[in-house]
Amino acid sequence: MGLIGKQTWEFASQPVLISTGTVVGPKEGQGPLGHDFDMVHQDSYLGQGSWEKAERRLMEEACETALSKAHLKADQIDIFYAGDLLNQIVTSGFAARTLATPFIGLFGACSTSMESLALAAMTVDAGYANYALASTASHHSTAERQFRYPTEYGGQKPLSAQCTVTGSGAAIVGKAGEGPRITHATIGQVVDLGVKSPFEMGPAMAPAAVDTIAQHLKDTGRKPEEYDLIVTGDLARIGHKIAAELLEQQAGLFLGDLFKDCGILIFDPDQEEVFSGGSGCACCAVVTYGHLLKRMERGELNRMLICATGALLSPLSTQQGESIPCVAHAVVIERGRWD
Amino acid sequence: MDMTFFYAFLIGGLICVVGQLLIDLTNLTPAHAMSALVVLGAVLDGFGLYEPLIELAGAGASIPITSFGNALVHGAMAEAEQHGIVGIITGIFEVTSAGVSAAIVFSFFAALLFKPKG
Repeated sequence: MGLIGKQTWEFASQPVLISTGTVVGPKEGQGPLGHDFDMVHQDSYLGQGSWEKAERRLMEEACETALSKAHLKADQIDIFYAGDLLNQIVTSGFAARTLATPFIGLFGACSTSMESLALAAMTVDAGYANYALASTASHHSTAERQFRYPTEYGGQKPLSAQCTVTGSGAAIVGKAGEGPRITHATIGQVVDLGVKSPFEMGPAMAPAAVDTIAQHLKDTGRKPEEYDLIVTGDLARIGHKIAAELLEQQAGLFLGDLFKDCGILIFDPDQEEVFSGGSGCACCAVVTYGHLLKRMERGELNRMLICATGALLSPLSTQQGESIPCVAHAVVIERGRWD
Repeated sequence: MDMTFFYAFLIGGLICVVGQLLIDLTNLTPAHAMSALVVLGAVLDGFGLYEPLIELAGAGASIPITSFGNALVHGAMAEAEQHGIVGIITGIFEVTSAGVSAAIVFSFFAALLFKPKG
């Protein structure tokens, strides 16, 4: 119990994923998973004056949804872990102001969804919180402005680019109750194989995902078949294929149909301007908390490993020609006991 | 006359192909690719090659951004003939002043009418 192997935490009490909230924008609503989300907004501004304010609302709504489903009030939350992609993780800061709960802001880029869930589970498991809330949010248009160009600039994107998911996912982790259990978390180390283009995030992040998945299996002594699904966060079509190849070559692991990617699941390839698939802090969060947990609830899945991947670049580091350091964090969710 | 239409498409299209290749095959950002085309237009005019292109292809050569580079050099050369070294400096914006001023004026009106949100 506690730390097992090199990088994996085993949670003795198996904290419960009491409830989740998922809110998405119009493009995600039109995607194949549209019906699995709690709320689909038709207006990407959410009636707000700016996209930044809209992103803030997304996180607040996801948290409010998770709270109301669990019949909890914000003041019953002992700790709120949150992160997003904007400068100084300002979306999380404002959402935490609204919730008025003890708050720790996180930045792990798109890996923040599982980073926050792992920390929430650890905090509850160690007895420092009865209820911990974990949330991430991203918005296509704020991410474009932050990392690439303002949308009005109309810069062309190569097909290897990805489409940042507009949405937010929130999860409440508690000591006891009904629902899926969080049994393990594997904290990844930073891997950088020298990819420099911000339009090739998937290929840049693939080695980090491979490193964390292989380390998780090594630490737990498990085989891939012991999972119903092993899911990466947002590698998308190009990066996910590279990750599958690297797993086979470097770690001798053949995952086959077990191996999925949230960035591929969330959009239909025929949808306009989704390029190689989805990305962003919200991608892994809404697919896991919305779609995958619903599949688990229906009894289709008993145990899954969610490995969220993050590209730790800044616009300045890209302009200065630096390569992209990447990290991946994995969490094991089990269907658990329904007692 | 009819052939001007053909050459306009051909030359204008080829300039755009160069820009597209710069974006697709190199790591240049769109802004860098645009600047490269301005420099290309300036260099071509330095060798006296851009004016013949405009004569041949009309708007096909005068509309793309390369034409801006051409105009910068053209103005500088023309003023240099009259006023020497100082003319190079004053002449750069001689021909392009209409374009630069128009950009400022129209941006001002666009900013008054619309709320930039990008």
